[in-house]
Amino acid sequence: MNRDALKKTVLDALSTVAPELAPSTLRPDEPLREQLDIDSFDFLQCIVEVDRVLGVSIPEEDYGRLATLDGFVDYLARRLAAPGTQSSLPTQESGR
Amino acid sequence: MPSLGADMEDGTLVEWKVKPGDVVKRGDIVAVVETQKGTIEVEIFEDGTVEALLVEPGRKVPVGAVLARVRGVGQAPAPSVAAPTAATVQPPTAAPLTAGAPARRVEAPPPGAHRPRASPAARAAATRLGVDLSVLTGTGPGGALTLADVERAAQARAPRAPEAPTPPPAPTPEARQQAMRQAIAAAMSRSKREIPHYYLDTRVDVGRAMDWLREQNAARPVTERLLPAVLYLKAVGLSAREFPELNGTWVDGAFRPAKAVHVGMVVSLRQGGIVVPALHDVPDKPLGTLMRELGDLIQRARRGTLRSSELADSTLTVTSLGDPGADRVLGVIFPPQVAIVGFGSVREAPWVVEGRCVPRPLVTVSLAADHRASDGHRGAAFLSHVERLLLEPEKL
Repeated sequence: MNRDALKKTVLDALSTVAPELAPSTLRPDEPLREQLDIDSFDFLQCIVEVDRVLGVSIPEEDYGRLATLDGFVDYLARRLAAPGTQSSLPTQESGR
Repeated sequence: MPSLGADMEDGTLVEWKVKPGDVVKRGDIVAVVETQKGTIEVEIFEDGTVEALLVEPGRKVPVGAVLARVRGVGQAPAPSVAAPTAATVQPPTAAPLTAGAPARRVEAPPPGAHRPRASPAARAAATRLGVDLSVLTGTGPGGALTLADVERAAQARAPRAPEAPTPPPAPTPEARQQAMRQAIAAAMSRSKREIPHYYLDTRVDVGRAMDWLREQNAARPVTERLLPAVLYLKAVGLSAREFPELNGTWVDGAFRPAKAVHVGMVVSLRQGGIVVPALHDVPDKPLGTLMRELGDLIQRARRGTLRSSELADSTLTVTSLGDPGADRVLGVIFPPQVAIVGFGSVREAPWVVEGRCVPRPLVTVSLAADHRASDGHRGAAFLSHVERLLLEPEKL
């Protein structure tokens, strides 16, 4: 699955909790939660939706890497490139 | 038209889910109404057979107006012009509901205004039927108002009640938005006018609770993961059972403790505004069940498909700011309840543990309570109880 398709999957998942989401105005490198005003419950719904669509189960300790749209897509791309990985991926960025 | 909280004045019938002749059971959804809080599914509160639907879809009627006539099990068919009887669709559960009803007259009585003398039955019926006691003339002993006086007044008024000239057009999002703001304004103004609030807060080390949640969630599929809010809800629910003076309603100058603990959860809506649906019997439910029910409530609250009972019978309220948020929230009590418990955002901060200063995740837990029903001493003990439970999350 290429990055554009992953990006669309993430945006679709986000729009289930933020229906008025306009992808064109979303800054891909800024925190999603502030831009979209979504709370922890909404965020959990997105994780559930991504799991349902892609079959990628994201452990809680990785939530920090999903803070921006770019980060979310990067994370999914790496998880899908390394099938069978159930738990946390080795960190490339510094910190969470 | 049931009262779905202290701030509701009227509602518009959107749709009937039953027709005359249908057999209904307590808890069945019989109608959908549009209120300031969105679209609500109205449940019926007794078993019986629908005899007549008295309000057409599209009509706006005040709280207390009779929507339909239902013949109870074993009751004879009512004559065609029956007055509202016990078998009409009524607000759910007497205590908390009648408690909510006085909000229809949110204006404070003018100074020196006297409370009309009335029997308790008359008072209860007046609340239920939406009759203003202060304008009636009593026929009872010493001019006191009787049940019969109230019923006569309700009957005399009944034909006028559904007097909407034409079905109103569907409300625009802006109109709905404005209606919700007004509903919140009415309830909160009443609260600040009538309830002598006192406030307490305490910081709680939630390090163990968060560690425990992480462990739990690592073993759970994504669909069953728990949020911190569910620990807060359970801790408050269990504590409320130990502190009955914080769990109930203040009605007609007296506190009525509630038997069950139904925790109202403040849910903010994306378009602005809040709704406060209830999670029922919180102390008796395991965390997984509470999380499922909370998730379902939040989603339906945001979609606007709550049920009437969920908006009417909270016995105290919890508000949790989540993350990102603020350090603490001092709540405004939802009348006629007597307490609201607030949870700020979790913050890492210096904390002294065994004589050493260490960074710990802390949350400020606050209590705003009605000083007519409880005192600060008990309020503080309540907060300590909540803290103790959060320090031992595995027992929740």
